[in-house]
Amino acid sequence: MTMTKADIIERIHERVGFSKKEASEVVESVFEVMKNRLEEGDTVKLSGFGKFVINDKVPRKGRNPQSGEEIVITGRRVLSFKPSQVLKKTINSAWR
Amino acid sequence: MTKRDLIEEIASRYPAYSRRDAEIIVNTIFESMTEALCNGDRIEIRGFGSFVVRHRDAREGRNPKTGDIVAVSAKKVPFFKVGKELKMRIGDGFVDGCASGERQAAESLGTEIDSGSGFPAV
Repeated sequence: MTMTKADIIERIHERVGFSKKEASEVVESVFEVMKNRLEEGDTVKLSGFGKFVINDKVPRKGRNPQSGEEIVITGRRVLSFKPSQVLKKTINSAWR
Repeated sequence: MTKRDLIEEIASRYPAYSRRDAEIIVNTIFESMTEALCNGDRIEIRGFGSFVVRHRDAREGRNPKTGDIVAVSAKKVPFFKVGKELKMRIGDGFVDGCASGERQAAESLGTEIDSGSGFPAV
């Protein structure tokens, strides 16, 4: 199964008693706030869940694996997620 | 930015909600996401990214300091893949392993680009 924003909205609606419209708006805002911060290059740290970190990659030489041709891989910003110890533990204890 | 800052920002965006409401909302979001991952479900947040849980088989590892062989048990590891919109916004010119120019060319030809990562396109 796949969880989507709709499922999260449903949860907020049930648990907080917000209307679906209100819940949908606020859920959208939460991700929007996070996106804005990440866009600025900031780290977003959510205790118990994990952190989203922006890394700047410098340009480097690479090779086209098909032709063997040497190319320059341009510098870029990438986003990585580091799951917290708590999240990793929770996932593994649920599975065992 | 921490969870606290996120809660503050939501509270200030919605003056009609109390700080406590904002806290419950933010916590509910990440709790329900944690639960989904515990069930082994995927999460797709359009415009943000997707999460999957991957299985890692048990293996023999080594203590890098001493070189001793240690048993590493099988485990589940959560992975995140950044969504297209956020990827572009943070300034990563590559989307799904294709330079944006190539992507545009592929799109104009109506070709599907499959990154083959097992992640849904978000």
